[in-house]
Amino acid sequence: MAMNTQGRPTAPGTATIAEIQTFTGNRGLDHEEPLIFEIGDTGRTGVDLPAAPKAKSRLGGLERSAEIGLPGLTEPETMRHYVRLSRKNYAIDSGLYPLGSCTMKHNPRLNEKMARLPGIGDIHPLQPQSTVQGAIQLMETLARYLMELTGMPAVALSPKAGAHGELCGMLAIKAAHEAKGSKRDVVLVPDSAHGTNPATAAFMGYRVKSIPAMADGTVSAEAVKAALGPDVAAIMLTNPNTCGLFEREIVEIAKVVHEAGAYFYCDGANFNAIVGKVRPGDLGVDAMHINLHKTFSTPHGGGGPGAGPVVLSAALAPYAPLPFIRKDGDKLTLVEDASEAGDAAPFGRLTAFHGQMGMYVRALTYMLSHGSDGMRQASEDAVLSANYIRASLKDVMSQPFGGPTGDRPCMHEVLFDDTWLKDTGVTTLDFAKAMIDEGYHPMTMYFPLVVHGAMLIEPTESESKQSLDQFIGTLRFLANEARHGNDKSRFKEAPMLSPRRRLDETKAAREPRLRWRPAAAKAAAE
Amino acid sequence: MRYLPLDDADRADMLAKIGVKAIDDLFADVPNAKLLKSLPPLAKTQSEIAVEREIGRLSARNVSAGSVPFFVGAGAYRHHVPASVDHLIQRSEFLTSYTPYQPEITQGTLQYLFEFQSQVALLTGMDVANASMYDGSTACGEAVLMAHRITRRKKAVLSGGLHPHYRAVTETLAKWGDTAVAELPPDPQGKEDAAAAIDGETSCVVVQYPSVYGSIRDLKPIADAAHAKGALLVVVVTEVVALGALKSPGDMGADIVVCEGQSIGNGLNFGGPYVGLFATREKFVRQMPGRLAGETVDAEGKRGYVLTLSTREQHIRREKATSNICTNSGLCALAFTIHMTLLGEAGLRKLAALNHANACDLAERLGKVKGVSVLNDTFFNEFTVRLPGKAADVIEKLAERHILGGVPVSRLEPDHPELADLILVASTEINTDDDRAAFAAALKEVL
Ligand SMILES: Cc1ncc(COP(=O)(O)O)c(C=O)c1O
Repeated sequence: MAMNTQGRPTAPGTATIAEIQTFTGNRGLDHEEPLIFEIGDTGRTGVDLPAAPKAKSRLGGLERSAEIGLPGLTEPETMRHYVRLSRKNYAIDSGLYPLGSCTMKHNPRLNEKMARLPGIGDIHPLQPQSTVQGAIQLMETLARYLMELTGMPAVALSPKAGAHGELCGMLAIKAAHEAKGSKRDVVLVPDSAHGTNPATAAFMGYRVKSIPAMADGTVSAEAVKAALGPDVAAIMLTNPNTCGLFEREIVEIAKVVHEAGAYFYCDGANFNAIVGKVRPGDLGVDAMHINLHKTFSTPHGGGGPGAGPVVLSAALAPYAPLPFIRKDGDKLTLVEDASEAGDAAPFGRLTAFHGQMGMYVRALTYMLSHGSDGMRQASEDAVLSANYIRASLKDVMSQPFGGPTGDRPCMHEVLFDDTWLKDTGVTTLDFAKAMIDEGYHPMTMYFPLVVHGAMLIEPTESESKQSLDQFIGTLRFLANEARHGNDKSRFKEAPMLSPRRRLDETKAAREPRLRWRPAAAKAAAE
Repeated sequence: MRYLPLDDADRADMLAKIGVKAIDDLFADVPNAKLLKSLPPLAKTQSEIAVEREIGRLSARNVSAGSVPFFVGAGAYRHHVPASVDHLIQRSEFLTSYTPYQPEITQGTLQYLFEFQSQVALLTGMDVANASMYDGSTACGEAVLMAHRITRRKKAVLSGGLHPHYRAVTETLAKWGDTAVAELPPDPQGKEDAAAAIDGETSCVVVQYPSVYGSIRDLKPIADAAHAKGALLVVVVTEVVALGALKSPGDMGADIVVCEGQSIGNGLNFGGPYVGLFATREKFVRQMPGRLAGETVDAEGKRGYVLTLSTREQHIRREKATSNICTNSGLCALAFTIHMTLLGEAGLRKLAALNHANACDLAERLGKVKGVSVLNDTFFNEFTVRLPGKAADVIEKLAERHILGGVPVSRLEPDHPELADLILVASTEINTDDDRAAFAAALKEVL
């Protein structure tokens, strides 16, 4: 508890916060903010444009006549609307964001500055390649860094996020099988996998066969071998896995997979644990996506954009999608069409243009800033911090895979389950919501699905020791209250201090209201 | 290292608390032979000054759009983005937050997504829109898959006016997902009869509005033809500003509308990140890919927003999900919605009118150059020009004269030598009379 050094005590009143009703509904800095449709109107604008000179319309008689209904605001009103909305959000810049599997690390602002340089942010994907040699060079440099850090001989840059990268890697695998004339329609996916893995496999027409994990949270080569057969095209395995553990039999798994004529797709969402420590290429991986918006610090922006480059083994490299970079001495060419692909056999194209340049520059800026030593240090610190949290909480919270004493090391995230909450009446959800009142974003909860009431905590390397200690202190306090406190309302009612209390998700799904409608239309629709 | 708060003393304390001697004890599960013994052979930590210099050098080797008369489009457009947009999207609370999984502390994101969805639905003339896709091209591919699910058919008809990259993306999904595409030949004149290609197997017909060659056609007849055969109409819009001037696809019978939303709020960025808009009719909402924000109430009855109808999505449905998409284009959607709010209907219409007038002026100027003809009867802010010779060479020569004069069709359709004399030319509100005059003069010179 911080001391009040201001002299005058901020006297606690008698009313509880919830009882104070303000005239406006606002609460100090937390403003109730209407929708733009309720404050703007179709005639108002925040952009001054010259009137268009009169010209004969060439729109073919398809001019829009009826009103669209788009509200406008002037610039000051716009600023206020979005600044007020922004203050209802939690963010890395305001606090520790321990969302497991999401790697909410610091987003350096130099990255933002570099992405806005005119020669980066203001160039068109289809202007002559002779006028964008620096941009292609930047992509080539990023590719070289990714290949070096993963120990893989090729990389496809264009996928737009992790799931898109999964699609890319799996398509390369499908193309490689087809080239060999082998027809295989099954993909092995452990139960602990992220939802995008089975969704990707199914998206491409594969049947998903799940493989069980061992009691220690990892997959055994034996289980993989038992599931393999002539119909298996690939395994999709996350490493480090979603339980926060390094797959210790990974080299043997790769071996049995290859012996069965299948390929090894590695979900690289958790690459932040091992950069500069171990290279996936040395483990037998054939394809792996890298979420630049996790490991390489490009901001998540409230849900995106991301980028999901995929590193490829020599066996899969020929099938990399268009476009790809070709080097002729000093000249760099983006090969954009199959007719120019030469010996390569690209499986197709995943997106218009060349991918997420805005993310490439941010990721490369991060890599150059950290350097090889800084990147390795970042991974070590991320792993150290997660283990510090584990060691500091192991006596009050239960770990599904922590071993008899809870001392088994984890990678960059630590997984707890809800065994320790048994008979308290408090659930993982309640516990997470109570963290909100303490000023924290909750950890990832109920994922991975294989663990009951999962709580997956990923602190990243961006936290100071003081920050970690405060977080640990908070969780210890809450854990103690959950287990021994008399009043569980702190959990059951939580959150009480956030801009909104718990929201009714059932109502949202049963009576979907997915857009604003004018009052009259709304009444008619109901 | 300036981004890493722990120091060696902290690290030692933490290792002691954990009860291990060295950091590598925490990597015990990594096969020892595989643990790297030395640093990767890459440069070491660098100062902000040094990194800025290095990236700056790469940037300086490119010709930025703003530094020359600029007429390149074909699916990505240079528009003026108000300064306040870029300021707002860099608010930490937007920039550095994740997907709004905890609605109590992410109402900012959820409300702007709800507003974004509402704007997109209005603009496209559809009932509902999702919270964004990666970009227009992947949204197009997903729209076709959605049409397959709805109609339980497997063949899509792709118009010859569809952007070749969009076609390639859709084809790639079809090729490896065991569905079919019937592709119509490139249609620079805007004269194809797509309706004739629809048969009883067709799940959807995909048309671009305006087409990649710029022409604009009434979509009602093709919607009727599709519906008569039990197929859907998917409309692709790569220049959303056009919807400020043109009848909405929804008004003409579209079932799914996908757009590249880059034009509003987002810069060129060499092709990404952009933002895919995805809208459809109410009855199809449960077949939609992607996230949806919805309105609800909190425990005190106050209005609030959540992610909803998640049973369509990969994190709940896994292999039965409608799509594998997870991360989308949230921040680009924010830029879109802020810019659209600044414009409002009045501003959007004015912006669209200005684009059209500028393009009309450019068409007139280029049409007067000897040997040059404009192919289009109709267009919005982009049209197709026939040159007396290889278009790609002309574009290179113009670039040498510091004019970025458009996209040679051969870059998008290298397998069609009969199109090698065509260029796509766009003129938005950023071009001045001087820019257009300089373009026409330079074209005359290089021909
Ligand atoms: C383990 C894992 N795999 C895949 C993904 C998908 O990545 P993206 O959201 O970038 O598509 C995620 C991200 O949430 C993840 O945590």
